[in-house]
This record gives sequence, structure tokens and C-alpha cells, in this order.
Amino acid sequence: MIEAVGLTKRYGDKTAVYNLSFQVRPGAVTGFLGPNGSGKSTTMRMILGLDNPTAGNVTIGGYPYRKLPNAPRQVGALLDAKAVHGGRAARSHLLSLAQLSGIPARRVDEVLGVVGLQDVARKRSKGFSLGMGQRLGIAAALLGDPQVLLFDEPVNGLDPEGILWVRNLMKSLAAEGRTVFVSSHLMSEMALTADHLIVIGRGQLLADMSVKDFIAANSAGFARVRTPDTEPQLREKLAGALTEAGGHVLPEQDGALRVTGLPLPRISDIAHDSDVRLWELSPHQASLEEAYMRMTQGAVDYRSTTDQKAGLMQQLPPGAQPPMPVPGQGQPGWYAPPPPEQGGQGPYGAPGAPAATPGAGVPNPYAAQAPQAPQPPAQPPAAPPQAPAQPPAAPATASAPAAPTKPEDAR
Amino acid sequence: MAATQVIRSEWTKIRSVASTVWTLSLAVVVTIALGMLISALSKNEFDNMDRRDQLSFDPTFISFAGMTLGQLAMIVFGVLVVSNEYSTGMIRTSLAAVPRRGTFLFSKIAVATGLALVVGMATSFVAFFLGQAMLGEHKAAIGDPGVLRAVIGGGLYMTLIAMFSMGVAAMLRSPMLSLGILMPFFFLISNILGNVGATEKIGRYLPDQAGSKIMQVVTPVDDDTPYGPWGGLGIMLLWVIAALAGGYVLLKRRDA
Repeated sequence: MIEAVGLTKRYGDKTAVYNLSFQVRPGAVTGFLGPNGSGKSTTMRMILGLDNPTAGNVTIGGYPYRKLPNAPRQVGALLDAKAVHGGRAARSHLLSLAQLSGIPARRVDEVLGVVGLQDVARKRSKGFSLGMGQRLGIAAALLGDPQVLLFDEPVNGLDPEGILWVRNLMKSLAAEGRTVFVSSHLMSEMALTADHLIVIGRGQLLADMSVKDFIAANSAGFARVRTPDTEPQLREKLAGALTEAGGHVLPEQDGALRVTGLPLPRISDIAHDSDVRLWELSPHQASLEEAYMRMTQGAVDYRSTTDQKAGLMQQLPPGAQPPMPVPGQGQPGWYAPPPPEQGGQGPYGAPGAPAATPGAGVPNPYAAQAPQAPQPPAQPPAAPPQAPAQPPAAPATASAPAAPTKPEDAR
Repeated sequence: MAATQVIRSEWTKIRSVASTVWTLSLAVVVTIALGMLISALSKNEFDNMDRRDQLSFDPTFISFAGMTLGQLAMIVFGVLVVSNEYSTGMIRTSLAAVPRRGTFLFSKIAVATGLALVVGMATSFVAFFLGQAMLGEHKAAIGDPGVLRAVIGGGLYMTLIAMFSMGVAAMLRSPMLSLGILMPFFFLISNILGNVGATEKIGRYLPDQAGSKIMQVVTPVDDDTPYGPWGGLGIMLLWVIAALAGGYVLLKRRDA
């Protein structure tokens, strides 16, 4: 069990972690998610007693790490796979760590086998690939057969086979009743591996819930509606009618509409009433990746801007069209709209929609027939984005596709 | 956690990197070879020296002449032993495994010091005997008064230089920064301070100048150094203690 209470870390005037409180329980894989620079590694270092918190504290099994008796037998950690003396052979590296806690040399060969490095055990780790380095780091974490395991970005640089192996390793460690705390910035990976999620952004807690709840609360469903391409005025007409009925309408890149806040039958009724034919009316689920990005959107520190290539652009031949920008490139805020209400009901409220969602006691805003104004979303980034570093001379094309299509495979 | 476990681990670390062998063997070879060369040259020059120089001719000290360069390799050894942990990031893994930082640092220093002592002592004896062989009729014998003290002192001197470097590296962390300060300090600044009249009195309290006093058997004419051979080594030891204490306090306090 890892327990953090009011954990805060400042480096000079930069606050890396602010007032973070969470618990990591045994018997489950707990994912630790956040964008780059959100304070994941700092938190990990504080758990291991490497950095002193400015305020608050973190304990493992009730002890601060530096007071933990025989720490290497209780806690195993992979912090940075490159943190190895390159001139030292893999086996010597592990042996030196094993000797620290009185682990016999036999165990070193065991873990080398577990991570699949037995053939390069006596090679210098300088020549290791990123993935081999990760395996060596995981071997070091497993050495003491510890009850608490911390992994900072363990799948970085691993091949698909290695990723699958790590995923299964985490799950089996947790199934043995151990505490497994894994940081990552890849939501898709965590959705497959973790049972519980702790999401931070800019050093602050954004979510602490089970993966199931996270999916239910954050991956909003929406309806895709397409009117005949041949009659664009029908599209405007329907969009107007849907907005009037309380729906939230966003145009998609291919001319369809993305509608949230209205159940599918109601959309159909409105279309019928306004005498608009539909070519498509389909339910969609925003991916968990999208939900995560939306949640952390306001907390991203490092964001790309559109590459202007000033002075590098070749003169386009007369009459040629400049290429369309790829959706999302340099345009923050292109994610799906947030669910109109946190913890709301099933996405479309259509009869037969999955009812086992959290907050079942709350009246379903979608199913309600009365035209209810959608709640202003709780998350700030729902509004048009305040692009932090959008240069003033951004090409006009960059702002045209406001909400382009995203592959909407739910997880 | 028992310190013996940490010491065993540090021994594994130190013998599994190539830099240990390279720096130590360089220290041995340079000290001995340069000592022999200068001993041989001194023998040929002896008859051309003036009376004063002949009176203060110190065959033991001359055979240790190679140490001015050999100590630089010892400095590199001391710096690398400690700063390797930082430059590779291994320090996090090490400190995560040994949360008691004092145990970690002093075990590391103990292992490296033990190794430096063995190598330094062997170098000192070999440099003495080979140097004396080169000096021919001007040689000193190990049984002469003060000579054995000087030879053992030579080994201690090399060990203390390595320890001082470890302390400095523990404070500065970066190998480049540590070497960039220690190398010119011992190779240039200390010599300049010691040879310019105005700063000579300060210069002789620097670790290398005070420490090298132990290797002198014949005191130079009109020498007014206020400390003897052991006093000089004591001054050097104080420097070493200060450097190690600084390294320990910083390691204890700061984030790894």
C-alpha cells in the first residue's frame, strides 16, 4: 500500500506536484497517467525517498521510504532504464544491486531469465537497445521479489511482444496480491493493463477512480448525423433545429454533424418534423484516449504548434491547392466535446441503452423529453480553444476544420 | 541493512568497470616510470649542482617525482568512482536500494579507499626501489632514518589524494566539473602558489603541498615550514575530512 497525503514539491518557483493525495492498493495494477512534465516521475521519486517533498508525505506500508526496514526486499522500482553504468555488464549491474540486500547471486540469473536477457548477461549494457535496457530495469525491480513495485514508463521502447509481456507481467504481479504502480502517458496502454487509474495534470490530481468508472464518466457518446450532400441547406436547417431542441452540434470534416445531448430517436423525430432526410444516423463512442486527452487538455505543458516553415516553403505552382492540414496538428481543442454532465447517464438514453452506469439516481438529461439546456461543461477546454502559442499569422486553413473526425473506436 | 552488504555491492561495482583498471594502472605506471627517469637524470646532474643543492639532495624524494603526474590519475580514479553514479543516473537506483545515504557514501568511499591504499602503497615501494636503483651511488637505503616513513607516506599520500577527489566529486556530482577544478588546481595553481614568494605561505597549507612533506627525508636548506612530515599529512587529512563531510552533508540534504 502506497499512501500520499498532501504531497507537494516545488523546484524554485516551479511547482511540480501540488497537494497530491492518493492511495495505491495491493492486488491491483494502478495506472498513473499524465502528460509529459505533469509530475509523474517527481511523484515516483518522492515515493522512493529520492526527492524530499516540500510539503506533505508519502509512505509505503506506513513507513516513509527512507525509514523502511530492508527497503530493497519490500519495494522494487524501475525509474529510468538508462540509469545504468554503460561499461558494466548486465549481470554485474544486477549482482551489485542484489548484494545490497543480501540476495544470492542465483536470483540474479533467475531474473535475467525472467526478462529474457540471459544471453547478453555478460555484455556491457552500453550496447543495449532501449527495449533491452527496459528489460534490465524491470529485472532490477524484480530482484528482491518485492511486495510493492513501481514502474515509470515501462513499455517505452519495447516491441509489441515486449509490451504484451510487460502487460501480462503487471497483471500477474497484481494477481499475486502485490501493489503495482505503473506510470504512463499512454491511455490506450493503461486501459488494457490497469484496474485503477490516478490521473494528474500539472502536478494536481485530476481523477482517482477505477478504469471502468473512468470510461463511464469520461467517454461521452455522440451521434453522427448526415444529411444529403446534395442539399447543404438541409444541413443548416437540421443543425438549427437540433440546437433549438437542446442538442450540441459540431460539424465534422466530411460534412456530417456530431450531435451530443440528444437521444437518437429524438434526433430522428426532429429531422422528421423539420422535413429533413437523413443519410446517416449512427451512435458512436468517443475513445478513452480522447476522453483522457480532453481531461488533461488544460494541463498539457508542451504542445506542438503548426509548423509554419517560414522561408522554407516552395512556391506552389499556380493554381495548386495548399495541402489540407492533418486534423489535430497544431490545433488544441479538437477533441470531442465533453459529456454535458459529469457522471451522466448512458450516452444516448435510447431505450435499451446500457443502464448500469454510475450515478443511476441522477435524472437522465438525455432521456428527458423536455428541451433542457445542456449544462455548461465542467471542463474548461470545451469552449473554443485559447491556443497558447498560436502565431498570429496562422494560415486560414488551420482553423477551418474545427472538429474533424476522429476514429471513434471505443478503446 | 548491514554495511557489509553495501561494501560487497560496491566492490562488485568497482571491479566491473574498466575505468578502475585504467586509472589505477596509469597512476602506477606514470609514477614509477617518471620517478625512474628523473632519478636517472638527477644522478647525471649531481656533479653539476652547486653546493647548496648537493647538501639538500634528497634521493628518496626524487624517486617520488613521478607522483606529481601520477596523482592526476589517482584524482581521476577518485572522481570517477563517485561521479559515475551521477553521470549514469545509477545514483537513483543505488539510493532507492540503500535509503540510508550515509551508509551508501561511506561504503563506496571505504571500498575505493582500500583499493587506492593497496595500489598506492605498492606504487610507492616500487617507485622507491627502482628510483634508488637509477640513482646509483647517491641512493638511499630503506633502513636509513626517515626513509621508511617517507615510502609509507608516499602510499598514504596517493590514497588521501584519491579520497579528497571522492569528497569533491560527491559535492559537485559532475565528473567534468570535478576534474575541471581538481586537475588545474593540483597541477598548476598549487605549484604557482607554492613557488611565488608572496603566496608561498598560503600555498604550503594546500593539501598536496602539505601532504607531500611526508615524502621528504632531507629538509631543504633554510626551510621554514612550520610543520613536520606528520604535521603536513595531518593538514592534508583535514582537507580530506572537510571534503568528505561536505559531500556527505550535500548528499544527505539534496534530491538525488
